[in-house]
Amino acid sequence: MSGHGDGHIVAHRPFPAAATVELGKPQLRENLRNATHTIRDKRLRLVAERDDWEELRASGARIKDGVLARLPELLDQFTEAATAAGAVVHRAADAEQACAIVTDLVRATGETEVLKVKSMATQEIALNEALTAAGIEPVETDLAELIVQLAGDTPSHILVPAIHYNRAQIRDIFARQMPGVDLSTLTDDPPALAEAARRHLRQKFLTARVAVSGANFAVAETGSLVVVESEGNGRMCLTLPETLISVVGIEKLVPNFQDLAVFLELLPRSSTGERMNPYTTVWSGVTPGDGPQQVHIVLLDNGRSAVRDDPVGRQALRCIRCSACLNVCPVYERVGGHAYGSVYPGPIGAILSPQLTGQAAGANRTLPYASTLCGACFDACPVRINIPELLIHLRQTGPKPAGERAAMRAAAQVMRSPRRYRSALRSLRWAAAPLRWTNRRGRLRRLPWPLSGWTASRDAPLPPGASFRQWWADR
Amino acid sequence: MSGAEGGGEAGDAATGRPVADASADEQLELLTDRLVDYRATVGRCDRAGLPDALAAVLAESTRVVVPADLPAGWLTSHPGEVIRDQAEQPLALPDLDAAGVRVVTGAAVAIAETGTIILDAGDHQGRRALTLVPDHHVCVVFADQVVGSVPAALRRLPDPRRPLTLISGPSATSDIELQRVEGVHGPRRLAVLLVVEPPEGGGVVR
Repeated sequence: MSGHGDGHIVAHRPFPAAATVELGKPQLRENLRNATHTIRDKRLRLVAERDDWEELRASGARIKDGVLARLPELLDQFTEAATAAGAVVHRAADAEQACAIVTDLVRATGETEVLKVKSMATQEIALNEALTAAGIEPVETDLAELIVQLAGDTPSHILVPAIHYNRAQIRDIFARQMPGVDLSTLTDDPPALAEAARRHLRQKFLTARVAVSGANFAVAETGSLVVVESEGNGRMCLTLPETLISVVGIEKLVPNFQDLAVFLELLPRSSTGERMNPYTTVWSGVTPGDGPQQVHIVLLDNGRSAVRDDPVGRQALRCIRCSACLNVCPVYERVGGHAYGSVYPGPIGAILSPQLTGQAAGANRTLPYASTLCGACFDACPVRINIPELLIHLRQTGPKPAGERAAMRAAAQVMRSPRRYRSALRSLRWAAAPLRWTNRRGRLRRLPWPLSGWTASRDAPLPPGASFRQWWADR
Repeated sequence: MSGAEGGGEAGDAATGRPVADASADEQLELLTDRLVDYRATVGRCDRAGLPDALAAVLAESTRVVVPADLPAGWLTSHPGEVIRDQAEQPLALPDLDAAGVRVVTGAAVAIAETGTIILDAGDHQGRRALTLVPDHHVCVVFADQVVGSVPAALRRLPDPRRPLTLISGPSATSDIELQRVEGVHGPRRLAVLLVVEPPEGGGVVR
């Protein structure tokens, strides 16, 4: 039996409680609305350019399903090819093991600082915390990750992790936390802020001896890894240091080099709404005289094999982390990434986190309920993950929230008899009558037990002044 | 331009998408359009006009670095100093990082539909640091290196195990309020020189 995963994919607060806190931040909601609508509109325009988009999505899903069907075999093939190309391949069963492997590899170089390329896998395993505990300083080099790191915060979006900050807040973070920043030129103009980040990181890029990355794709046929990015910080980290350590989820595989074409078309259009991202780097082991000469790859399971064992749940492993589902989700748009309590927020996080950890971990059982089941995420997903189907699957197989279960039982009791139902409605109207005078919104934040389970995650409307039956009888 | 290679790529097995049936000229137009959309600058010349066209792009350059195997003929019209990166004596990073350094390379393949240039460390391209650290990358692309689509481009690469860099415009970020800012960590500027035969009226077309 395959083990579950751990790390920064365990929510420690139930989603309704975390969401209630986030809903109280109007600035956050404003930022999120602007961001998600801008990206989703760009995505729609760029997807519309391709009249074969549906075929591309189907190809993406088909290739990934093929990978999942013969994952052990492809992992062996990848390992063999990467090793032949000069890489050292390691396997990690969980977050702890992966962190230990990376920490040991960095220690062996004698360095106490490592540069990092933005990577969901290293966030998932809480690598920065593990390195820091071992006396090694991880430096995030993606602008948004740098902002979040300097702020001592956590990312709130897969693609644009600092989307919850606006320019004035970022300027303040740089002014307070960026060593050696030139305050005389630091305005809140985005080019000035990007220039400050460039200066801050330039010397590090040119002198760093170790870098840690993830990978967007891994090619079994050639043993190649692929990193897709915009800023050039990825190229810097993947090219200039002597040692490169890449942490790669085992589901990142594609069988053949030519399969990359499908994903290089699906990913940028889905994630940033671009025809192609500015930079993509592909490397296979070691090239003498060009790039890192010590290349390590840590293949990460952390619950993925367990997800693969679930015939319904398996499709979540097709995910290429484009974040298109976040940008179309009415729930994410209002609560933001932090409410999900995992590095994977939004619709994909609501299924992937509880799948990877098992639903018993922390408050992850609440995540499949963080959805209206509207289905927009399925339409947006470039690899056709049926997220609504998986949400329902997880709701059916996982533990139920106690409050909602009690409310449903109470409602069932009342509705089972017409007489009970009529008298319940009558008492409800009487009880609510005074509220209609004082409560102009016509909505209730909290109902009394056992209906409190219902209002834990939504407001309830006030009952109308008369029932339909009464209105009919009065005619 | 050999039509069989650049223009009418066969239908795509991976996606089943229809043949990219654009003519060679239309593909060059599309590539130019996409590159400009990414705020790269694009120039055009014929083979004989390449040295003059390059000299024009490199005017006022304080220092030009090139891969060891860049054809000497390309830079005969450039009056300034040209430094070759040598395998036995590679240029140090601070030399590449110095202010005003420009790098001139060739390319392996270019993709019209996405405005992408692929470098594979093959002929005239050098090692990866060369096109990464200098602030300004000048890339020479021959018309017969242009293909329509991403799948066609990947099929064209002679060995996918070489280190590959796919470049679509200059370095950019949208991390601050989604406002695009160019020139974060990679080269701030990308200039592409398309070499087209037969000449369109000869000389440099801008």
